[in-house]
Amino acid sequence: MSATHIVPKKIYFAVFAALMVFTAITVAVSFVDLGPLNTVVALGIAITKATLVVLYFMHVKYSPRLTKLVVLSSLFWLVILLVMTMGDYVTRDWRTYGMNQPHSAPYGIERTIAETVNL
Amino acid sequence: MPEAVLHEHHHPPALAHHFENLEEQHTAATLGMWVFLVTEVLFFGGLFMAYTLYRHWYPAAFMASSHELDITLGATNTAVLIVSSLTMALAVHAAQEGERGKIMFFLVVTMILGLAFLGIKSVEYMDKFEHHHVPGASFHFDDPALQQPAQIFFSLYFVMTGLHALHMIVGLGLMTWMFIWTKNGTITKDYSSPIEISGLYWHFVDIVWIFLFPLLYLLGRHI
Repeated sequence: MSATHIVPKKIYFAVFAALMVFTAITVAVSFVDLGPLNTVVALGIAITKATLVVLYFMHVKYSPRLTKLVVLSSLFWLVILLVMTMGDYVTRDWRTYGMNQPHSAPYGIERTIAETVNL
Repeated sequence: MPEAVLHEHHHPPALAHHFENLEEQHTAATLGMWVFLVTEVLFFGGLFMAYTLYRHWYPAAFMASSHELDITLGATNTAVLIVSSLTMALAVHAAQEGERGKIMFFLVVTMILGLAFLGIKSVEYMDKFEHHHVPGASFHFDDPALQQPAQIFFSLYFVMTGLHALHMIVGLGLMTWMFIWTKNGTITKDYSSPIEISGLYWHFVDIVWIFLFPLLYLLGRHI
């Protein structure tokens, strides 16, 4: 009796090939100027690659629901960390009071406050 | 007599007393490892948070600094880690099939790839020292206007890749431990969980690099 679901080897090879192809794509795309989309594409590919690793190499696709819940909880906390902290910092310079106070960024922000407000 | 009664029930030698069956034991081990990995996600998450904020503040300095990193070595290391994740997955597969020789073979290949990654990383670090791209008194950046924020990029570069490299070293220790346990017969077809949860750790470290590579090396490559 086996206690675990055994993932067929050909799935591992297919995931490996996909990871290599995505790596080649992300390197190639980085040389093309897409403006802000460069970051979106790079992160999109990274998230896709990470998802493949989690689902197949780390067997989460075949794991019980409790394990899946714990895996998703890491994303939940990470999103709170990133979104709430950035939500604070980004909006600090939107204030209309105390404009003579120094910026939150130690060496000054590269864009002006007027630009930030008009974003 | 009572002791004899106590041990009258039969269970596989790999099964601890407090679990009903091997499947329950395996699920508990996996779940415990995942709970640890959630804390690891947040551990690295703090650094990704710092990266996001400073990049938001200093987009030009981050792009210019990123351009100084060696994309060839970075991409090579990405490939090395992906291959090592494959060999790790194959080691887990061999463990589930109870094939000792194959487990040891794939663990050794995984360790060699991990060492190759660290070797390439140290070449990159040496290069940073030679080009005065290590934050501190001797830091020098070509564009004097970006001197200070560029140091922030390189501080994050060293802390994030350094913490990642530390995890690789811990991973190599884990693989050595698993190699010994496979060799001395502790790992069996019924007791493959140690290999599997060590594999989870190794794949997690790979995932961290999957995000570090584009964020540090590919940003601003097109300028």
